[in-house]
Amino acid sequence: MSAIRVVLPFHLRTLARITGDEVELEVGVATLGAVLDAVEARYPVLRGAIREEGTLRRRPFVRYFACQEDFSHEPAETPLPAAVISREEPLMIIGAMAGG
Amino acid sequence: MSGVRVLVGTKKGAFILTADGKRENWQVTGPHFAGWEMYHLKGSPVDPNRIYASQTSGWFGQQIQRSNDGGLTWEPVDHAFKYEGELSTHQWYDGTQHPWEFKRIWHLEPSLTDPDVVYAGAEDAALFQTKDGGKSWQEFPGLRQAKGHLWQPGAGGMGLHTIVLDPTDPKRIFVAISAAGCFRTDDGGETWKAINKGLKSQYELPDPNAEVGHCVHRIAMHLSRPKVLFMQKHWDVLRTDDAGEFWQDVSGNLPSDFGFPIDVHAHEPETIYVVPIKSDSEHFPPEGKLRVYRSRTGGNEWEALTQGLPQENCFVNVLRDAMAVDSLDACGIYFGTTGGQVYASSNAGDSWKPIVRDLPAVYSVEVQTLNGR
Repeated sequence: MSAIRVVLPFHLRTLARITGDEVELEVGVATLGAVLDAVEARYPVLRGAIREEGTLRRRPFVRYFACQEDFSHEPAETPLPAAVISREEPLMIIGAMAGG
Repeated sequence: MSGVRVLVGTKKGAFILTADGKRENWQVTGPHFAGWEMYHLKGSPVDPNRIYASQTSGWFGQQIQRSNDGGLTWEPVDHAFKYEGELSTHQWYDGTQHPWEFKRIWHLEPSLTDPDVVYAGAEDAALFQTKDGGKSWQEFPGLRQAKGHLWQPGAGGMGLHTIVLDPTDPKRIFVAISAAGCFRTDDGGETWKAINKGLKSQYELPDPNAEVGHCVHRIAMHLSRPKVLFMQKHWDVLRTDDAGEFWQDVSGNLPSDFGFPIDVHAHEPETIYVVPIKSDSEHFPPEGKLRVYRSRTGGNEWEALTQGLPQENCFVNVLRDAMAVDSLDACGIYFGTTGGQVYASSNAGDSWKPIVRDLPAVYSVEVQTLNGR
């Protein structure tokens, strides 16, 4: 098991009534998809808010970053960087800058 | 002592406005769900403290919130809206067929008799229902069989925006869909019939007898006369006296028969209200004068209500779900604007004043008449 730090965007922290800037989640395999599964398992209200329900496709204006790299287009089975697994860095789930 | 609670959905949150029965001094709370688009909030007629709210975001999708204490606290309920059965298609802008895709809930209509039963109108157009207070939602797929392959989204999206429940027949429901028209079920939602005869959309639909495709903006009913409905269409104000079998134009002397909301006086079933908008090209009031028009004759003869409303340089819009009436005597009328004002009249429209005037753009206004406060 690995403990992964996850940063969620303001609106999703509010929705899930999370206090503080980040949460820590245990995953069996440290992949992008496993962490997203763990987020939704602990906070069911976030099902559909990060990934579409059913298809589990990333919502268009949500992005995943870790260690200053963009993981948004990576498949679910993508391993997370060593610095995320060692808890030095968080996985960041952010709302895209999609104003205008 | 009686009172009123006005539920306001805006582009950036929800607000709750309360007053006693005099409706002179108002308290404003909010924003609730700050930053989210609050398409609609509505309370149960049988349990006014039970309120449902549609919370949506272009980033994070759809949520439904429920309050059991009149909006003081909220809890999220189920927000999985799944189309039933084989996924059907509708007409796309280029004439091809396009699969139904869920985008958001436009309107929530609590049952007239059971606070756990709520109907939800979706974009892409569909009707959903919960029977357990929002723990789960089920679609009425028969609605999409009413020539759904010919429905085409308008500029605002293909949303089911109006749900009207018949107080005398729980199996009869009317709905209206943007750019598709009006539909009625008489069997509790299993089968649906297009009820658009008499609607003329000569610039939108080449077929003068088209069954579907009419851009209905809003319909309204007085609870005492469930076969009489009033409609604000993209162009034209109409009425039916036979539950939608035939509609007749009652635009009469309106300065413009384009507009979005329409509502009925709580105690006078032939008194109706609209807010004329100059045109579909210019979504603002004619001459920059914000005027509610009232007909006391069920249409055709209209009078402008202007006292207390801006009569120069006013270029706001009033959206389809942004007008409501209370059931006090005299009847109160409320509407919200895209400029963030909520106006109220406590004398059936004779005079108006803003309750609040600098909210985000108002999407929806509902009012609850409360007893014993």
